Amino acid sequence: MRVVIAEDLALLRDGLIRLLDAYDFEVVEAVDNGPSLLPALLRHRPDVAVVDVRLPPTFTDEGLQAAIAAREQVPGLPVLVLSQHVEQLYARELLSDRTGGVGYLLKDRVSHVSQFVDAVKRVAAGGTALDPEVVGQLLARRSAEEPLKALTPREREVLGLMAEGRSNNAIASRLFVTDKAVGKHINNIFTKLGLPPSDDDNRRVLAVLAYLNG
Amino acid sequence: MDRVNGELTAWIRQGLTASVRGFWIGVLFYVCGVVLLVLSIISISFLALFGAGLFLVPLIMVPVRALANERRKLAGQWSGVEIPAPYKPRPPMAPFGLVGAWQRCRWLLGDPATWRDLLWLLCSPLTLALGILPAAVVGYGIEGILVMPTVLQFVDGYHYGPGWLIDIPLEGIAAIPQGMLVLALGLAIAPALLRLHDRFTKQLLGPTRQAALDQRVRVLTRTRAETVDAQAAELRRIERDLHDGAQARLVALGMSLGLAEDLVTRDPIAAQKLLAEARDASERALSELRDLVRGIHPPVLAERGLDGAVRALALTLPIPVEVDVELGGRPQAPVESAAYFAIAEALANVVKHSHATRAWVLVRHDGRGLGMTVSDDGVGGADPAGGTGLRGMERRLAAFDGTVVVSSPPGGPTVVTMELPCELSSPKTLPSSGTG
Repeated sequence: MRVVIAEDLALLRDGLIRLLDAYDFEVVEAVDNGPSLLPALLRHRPDVAVVDVRLPPTFTDEGLQAAIAAREQVPGLPVLVLSQHVEQLYARELLSDRTGGVGYLLKDRVSHVSQFVDAVKRVAAGGTALDPEVVGQLLARRSAEEPLKALTPREREVLGLMAEGRSNNAIASRLFVTDKAVGKHINNIFTKLGLPPSDDDNRRVLAVLAYLNG
Repeated sequence: MDRVNGELTAWIRQGLTASVRGFWIGVLFYVCGVVLLVLSIISISFLALFGAGLFLVPLIMVPVRALANERRKLAGQWSGVEIPAPYKPRPPMAPFGLVGAWQRCRWLLGDPATWRDLLWLLCSPLTLALGILPAAVVGYGIEGILVMPTVLQFVDGYHYGPGWLIDIPLEGIAAIPQGMLVLALGLAIAPALLRLHDRFTKQLLGPTRQAALDQRVRVLTRTRAETVDAQAAELRRIERDLHDGAQARLVALGMSLGLAEDLVTRDPIAAQKLLAEARDASERALSELRDLVRGIHPPVLAERGLDGAVRALALTLPIPVEVDVELGGRPQAPVESAAYFAIAEALANVVKHSHATRAWVLVRHDGRGLGMTVSDDGVGGADPAGGTGLRGMERRLAAFDGTVVVSSPPGGPTVVTMELPCELSSPKTLPSSGTG
């Protein structure tokens, strides 16, 4: 799988390259600044890009802007955005085109190597990977409102994991229940929130996120 | 036609109001002024003669200042001529006894503003003259209009106008247009004279350039001291947080890694457990550092400016907040940060105390400074003197000559209005602020 990396700190950049190499990704280019990111993405059209939000020369949100610009030119280009801090505002902007293939994680998550690699693969496959902190904020903000209040604690747990972008399978193993039980919970959630049911994992996740962001 | 009528009525009302106000000012401040002037002179001479003035002077100066302050207030209310009080602040003094009286006298008589107050009292006759002149002209005009049907019935040899002896009713009728002219003149000069009067008063009762500068220095000294204190406290908090939090966790992390290194060949399973612990410690340290950074300078503020940062903040609050920020550029980083934290504090108050279901944030730049309004549809009743949050907002903004005004009647709504003088940089030059 071909990857483009954008990260200005050499230590982290080399670490990411080593990590991805170890899991059989091919890092085709690693850039260390904002202006060269967009051309690199358009030139290589990678299977997935791993991008730091804050990059030189302005050290603001150039990585994020370049990622969004690239996705405007190449719809659905899979991008996993990493940052020292997560903001719902940025998550919204990344998710606003509703095409999937988007990830937004704290840099800390890289230390859970297998979960991180999982997230990269999920994004490359057109899925989403949203940081638990963002999902937690989303749920906390809306938890007092009517349809969400009607969810059981277990259903809310499933909703949270689904919003992070995890598959039924992953949710089942995380909660130590069967796939079938997860399917049932998800059906209940969709009924209670009034969302149209769908068999497609990615589309389902996007529907949930659109609902939570609305 | 209606419009002309309306304007005429407004003009007449304005003239009448001004002449009544002028009359009131003239009489009130003349009478009180003369009495207080006499008392002041007596008390000050007693000071020289018998020393009993030590107790009298502070006593007399209380009503003198009250009268002067009332005059300042009226000038602001009636003519929009703001006259700030120029007095020096009260130094610490003994509450009673000879020492206290001596200190009070020194404070009062050492303040040039006291002597300027007395000079103003000395000008009381001028106050009277300026005050009643328009009222007298208006009154004379009314007399001219009414001379025919009333006065003439009872009085013989009545004069009106320049040397006009009225003998017959026809002459009385001729007095009416004269009276109207005089009335119009009175109504026309009344507002202008009142304003002139207030400006003249300002010369005496307003702060001199020196007094204004002294006051400015006092404000700057106070806000600087508060800012330095607040920053020192902030640094101490950061130091403590780092010491007890991230630093301690990194030590634990190092220990876990060291132990794991030892165990990796002998007991791989235990080593694996230690490594997992080390990773947890690193995550917790990072999370604590993140919270700390957010409190010092939110990253999103550096990245997106005030607009983005307030929007990002609004998204994390439990009630819907409408954010409307329109700025042509960015303020200096310290000002921007003060503005952000003041808004954040106001929104935190909304969430904590107001029971609101919605809130609004409006930020604009009017060419001189930022105007920020945070309002909600909550229960109101916020006490500007009570909350530490409000005090914190005031302190943050005062460092840049900013101000906070809270309107929060019981039953709501609460509106917090903040102003922060500053200039905006052009939108293209973003300040850099470290790496991420």
